[in-house]
Amino acid sequence: MSKFLYRHRFYISRRIVQILILTAYFGANAYGWKIVAGNLSSSVLFGFIPLSDPFATLQMFFAGAVIATDILVGALVVFLVYSVIGGRFFCSWVCPVNIVTETAAALRRKLDFEEKEHALTFSRNIRYWVIAITLGLSLIFSLAAFEMISPIGIAHRGVIFGFGFGWLFLVAIFLFDLFSQQYGWCGHICPLGGFNALIGKYSLIKVVHDKEKCLDSLACFKVCPEVEVLNMVGKYSAPVTAAGCIKCGRCLEVCDNDAFHISVVSLAEQLKER
Amino acid sequence: MNKLNDQKRRVFLQKTMQGVGYGAFGVIAWSSYLSQSQAKNLILRPPGALSEKDFVSTCIRCGMCVESCPFDVLELSTISDQVSIGTPYFTAREEGCRMCPDIPCTSACPTGALDLPSLTVDNKLDINRARMGLSTINTQTCLAYLGLQCTMCFQACPLTGDAIFLEKERNVRTDMHALLKPVVNPDYCTGCGMCEHACPTTVASIKVLPLAITKGDIGSHFIVGWEEGDESRLIDTSNDVTLDRTPRNKKSALDNVNDVEGILDDILGGR
Ligand code: SF4
Ligand code: SF4
Ligand code: SF4
Ligand code: SF4
Ligand code: SF4
Repeated sequence: MSKFLYRHRFYISRRIVQILILTAYFGANAYGWKIVAGNLSSSVLFGFIPLSDPFATLQMFFAGAVIATDILVGALVVFLVYSVIGGRFFCSWVCPVNIVTETAAALRRKLDFEEKEHALTFSRNIRYWVIAITLGLSLIFSLAAFEMISPIGIAHRGVIFGFGFGWLFLVAIFLFDLFSQQYGWCGHICPLGGFNALIGKYSLIKVVHDKEKCLDSLACFKVCPEVEVLNMVGKYSAPVTAAGCIKCGRCLEVCDNDAFHISVVSLAEQLKER
Repeated sequence: MNKLNDQKRRVFLQKTMQGVGYGAFGVIAWSSYLSQSQAKNLILRPPGALSEKDFVSTCIRCGMCVESCPFDVLELSTISDQVSIGTPYFTAREEGCRMCPDIPCTSACPTGALDLPSLTVDNKLDINRARMGLSTINTQTCLAYLGLQCTMCFQACPLTGDAIFLEKERNVRTDMHALLKPVVNPDYCTGCGMCEHACPTTVASIKVLPLAITKGDIGSHFIVGWEEGDESRLIDTSNDVTLDRTPRNKKSALDNVNDVEGILDDILGGR
């Protein structure tokens, strides 16, 4: 049992944090708690720290809205935090959709679907195209285009304010990830994940692979939601610098030989690795 | 180019076109949803909201206005509502805005989609400047107009006496009672919806609709001559009005009658 807990130490902590954050937002609306008000588009932390989603803010800019100072400051705060610690921490520790997609992926592994994955394969770069399309549509329709369909927004607002039939979106993503494409939404399409990845490309906290300890079990390949980022495994020691890594820590957990650790990697080192 | 290479190229091209296909499909579906979701005019927004079009592009959909409303008047739209997704609105028949003097909803808005300065006079908040909508009365179903004692809306209105006043009239049917007819004054009505909420008829006989729908505009063709200064409305209108008039005939009436050819020309399209 304790072995199971140890091998899921990040996985379980992340779920707890994700649910605590959701609870804090929910309580702010339902019981007037004062920790964090708003939702993932824009919030106020502890009653005075503004937080805004940089991607939503950029879309509003393209939609021609006048951006208020509060929003600008909030987006800047988030942008700075993401660029220092890594934007995709949002995916692994905060985003409610991550719970849905990782569950789909776990079930997919349980049911041994992996081999059948090749029927439909998308490029992981689609998400960057989706960012461009989002901004284009925002410009054309004068609306924050992704915010209008964002399953992250639908899920998060749903928990706080009620779902309508928005939960169908989440079911659709679950089924898509389960049957069509492994990590289809988060690893290929979601422009928010892509945007946060770009912001955190040169962030300081990285997973580091140590070739000397690696016994080529390839356990990490089975669990990593962004396998392409592990291209150095078993070949050479290096930090995982690819933007895709969501810092979920799955690779650390499953590796019996401790061939991964998390550490601060300076910009100079990151550039040298390339 | 050898055969193998050609094969690879074909696969690559096919893959690319597949991507373009999925992409086109997605973008079309997405666009049509977006065009459905642009400004709709039939909903009531919280106090201080920008014009509907600017509102939907400026509101970041954070829901902080909804959270800060102490009376739970506001709702955040879900995908099931016919309202741009994630934006705040209220339904007057269910809950009317209580016109909080400290306007918590507008004060909480980080984007200015709810515009606090528009509700501020001399550095003081004034909720009565809100124009969420305008109330209109259906005089065929309003109980008071039918001659019954009602005045529920009159009593519910936070600006009673100003936004709604009662017009006293002799009831010609009974010839011994008075009609107390509620009348809305658009100069004061804030669109809070308390009247619609209070109306006892099965379907409300007094309804609040967005200003863009209910409010008329006299335009520049008419002047209320007996109101001092009403003509000042025309100051900014332009002078070069070109009226599409038939030119006046310069000939004498007699010449005109005798000018058979001219008349024929006119009829046969000689002009
Ligand atoms: S990729 Fe998108 S949906 Fe997935 S966890 Fe990240 S932000 Fe959430
Ligand atoms: S490299 Fe490790 S931390 Fe990064 S996404 Fe893959 S499993 Fe998670
Ligand atoms: S003025 Fe008060 S009652 Fe009206 S919407 Fe705002 S917070 Fe709610
Ligand atoms: S507080 Fe402002 S930005 Fe947030 S949902 Fe309300 S109107 Fe929109
Ligand atoms: S909406 Fe009705 S209750 Fe509110 S101010 Fe106007 S007339 Fe009065």
